[in-house]
Amino acid sequence: MKKRGDKILLAHGGGGQLSDELIRHHILPRFNNNTLAELADSAKLNLASNLVCFTTDSYVVKPLFFNGGDIGKLAVCGTINDLAVVGSAPVALALSLIIEEGFEFELLEKILTSISKAAGINGVDVVTGDTKTVETGAADKIFINTAGIGVRLDGVDLGLHKITTGDKIIINGTIGEHGMTIISQREGIKFQSQLRSDCAGLAGLTCQLLLNTSGIKFMRDPTRGGLAATLNEISRGNGLSIKIKEADVPVNPTVQAAADMLGFDVLTIANEGKFVAIVAPESTTECLNICKNHSLGKKASIIGEVVETRDAPMVEIETKIGGKRIVQMPYGRELPRIC
Amino acid sequence: MLEKIYKAQSLMDAACKTLGRQINIMEVCGTHTVSIFRNGIRSTLPKQMKLLSGPGCPVCVTDQSYIDAVLALADCDDCLIATYGDMIRVPGRGGSLETKQSSANIKVVLSSEDALQLAKDNPKKIIVFVAVGFETTAPSTAVAVKEAAADSTDNFCILSGHKLVVPAMRALLSGKNHNIDAFLCPGHVSVVIGFGAFAEIVEHFGRPCVVAGFEPMQIIEGLSEISKQLTAGKAELKSIYTAVVTEKGNTTAQKIIAECFEPVDGYWRGLGKIEKSTLRLKEKYSRFDALKRFNITEEPHEDMSGCRCGEVLCGLIEPPECKLFAKSCTPQSPVGPCMVSSEGTCAAWFKYGRERKQN
Amino acid sequence: MKGDKAVVDAMGNRWRTRTTLLPEAKLGDLVLIHAGFAISLVDEEEAKKTWQLIAEIDDFEETSNKVSG
Repeated sequence: MKKRGDKILLAHGGGGQLSDELIRHHILPRFNNNTLAELADSAKLNLASNLVCFTTDSYVVKPLFFNGGDIGKLAVCGTINDLAVVGSAPVALALSLIIEEGFEFELLEKILTSISKAAGINGVDVVTGDTKTVETGAADKIFINTAGIGVRLDGVDLGLHKITTGDKIIINGTIGEHGMTIISQREGIKFQSQLRSDCAGLAGLTCQLLLNTSGIKFMRDPTRGGLAATLNEISRGNGLSIKIKEADVPVNPTVQAAADMLGFDVLTIANEGKFVAIVAPESTTECLNICKNHSLGKKASIIGEVVETRDAPMVEIETKIGGKRIVQMPYGRELPRIC
Repeated sequence: MLEKIYKAQSLMDAACKTLGRQINIMEVCGTHTVSIFRNGIRSTLPKQMKLLSGPGCPVCVTDQSYIDAVLALADCDDCLIATYGDMIRVPGRGGSLETKQSSANIKVVLSSEDALQLAKDNPKKIIVFVAVGFETTAPSTAVAVKEAAADSTDNFCILSGHKLVVPAMRALLSGKNHNIDAFLCPGHVSVVIGFGAFAEIVEHFGRPCVVAGFEPMQIIEGLSEISKQLTAGKAELKSIYTAVVTEKGNTTAQKIIAECFEPVDGYWRGLGKIEKSTLRLKEKYSRFDALKRFNITEEPHEDMSGCRCGEVLCGLIEPPECKLFAKSCTPQSPVGPCMVSSEGTCAAWFKYGRERKQN
Repeated sequence: MKGDKAVVDAMGNRWRTRTTLLPEAKLGDLVLIHAGFAISLVDEEEAKKTWQLIAEIDDFEETSNKVSG
């Protein structure tokens, strides 16, 4: 067992003895599956269907550990969610680590444990992986990439082209939690808070929805850029417009207060445990019921609907006072405003 | 709440009917501009009532030469620039703080205190605090300067871009032409300077001045109060932000501004030179003045050729009448303050332009 | 509160703030903050009419060392 205070050396990524030790003593024991245990160059998978979904994402979040999760949990849930929202059941993950020389072993172990736990809770196996180390300064502590494979659910075929005027927009809960939590711990902004990331794997809920209802046309998870980015992407993607009501968008008052203090628009803040579903009107009641009976959907709400485009596709919000404004595509880097 | 809004709307309708023409109400506060935009307030007003986004975003009216001075300092390896997030995308002639290559030299801070702490934590660097904002923010800069003096934190300095609201309002109303019927006055500036500071605008220029907070209902109530006055042909000073604004304001804050700063002539982006409208550190604290420390000479103000922000700000023209609008001046590459502010008149028009055509 | 350093609470978010510009502020007061400084006391009754969210000063006992730092 490594002593506390031990750090990653370049040799841990060199493919030799130290790499071997790292894999056998720190990685394998946390991921208990035969496929990974083979330590083959590639994982051989036997999938239930040849209709497969495949995705990848890289994770560079700072701080590494935050209220409600860490980079490891994020790396698993983020990729699982990308598979979930296209209508598949996640099956396997590939895990790739790039670690800066000098990174503390204790922290690496915490992250690995977190990855293992998240994978376990969500019923996926980490079946293959890679570890590289780079010199001090060539990476910021640790970067993670996960790729995921999911099997398409029978009879489920989601797509932007299926969306029509009149479809309703459902979100499974309160927005802005993850992004504001991260911001609250960012250097230079730090403030103490009850804020907590909503980081969670959604496949359990999405599969339930997709298998028990027939009116879901499209889904997406509003991560970077928040709800604003996702709704704009959907609108641009199919040329239709979207109208939402501010009063119907669920927001935790603590999140709203933090956003107000810093001048952020909560619609643009990242979520990591939320999905937006475009649903035929006749299926909305059923969808809401399923959501509300699930731990990740208690605050599910219909926030708006798809409407005809008049001039150019746009996303519009009716504010709490009955005013109207456009919800723009966020810039991509939200900064606190003082003046 | 809806009842209140309906009531407000009927008061506004009455004002428009009485005057029989378009009514232009100017707000002079960046936070008001954002709140009006985010809450879609313009869409709740009668068509004949226009809200002009005045020079209230202190960041947006910051002259290009100021940004260029900051960018030049960001290039020095010895310097660390401490700035509010608002400043990051404002363009100078050579780009913005965001596009600056050496972004490691630029730190976003939430307060002057953070900037001062940066100086204490980095004794080998010179910290330049990008001190922008109206009278609301100037006192906090003054506190930091005083503390730096008391603790001899000599590696701390400020580049003062602090501006004063009333001189700007005076300049707009004294100009050749304007179409401003009334002012929605800034809530937080009033907390510091007291709503009494706007009395001269009412007395000399006969324009209603109403101080309101930033919640949407406050703004709507402020507009209804203005409407009532316009209908009655009155021009009065009133504050409805009674929770925090008093007539005299925060005298502690005023004293500390007066102790550290003096008003001098300054250039406002899009508006040109306005007398005694900018705060400069007094001689006593000049060693914390980045202008003096780095020998920065204020360059003569260069006209942004073609920019008609001044006229847009005064309600004399609408954005599309400016030749630069949507061509060389866009939200991605803004020229004047009306486009720099993502909620400013031109930026808002740019985004909503299509909607307006339908109406 | 310690000297002119204080902690304010806004709907569960705790911010360090300074009361240098508001020497009359005391524990439990509602205050308006701007750029890290309290700039005004808030009349609670009036505030209820105009604001949805209210900030107040609290004594952050467990981490008072953070406040004074």
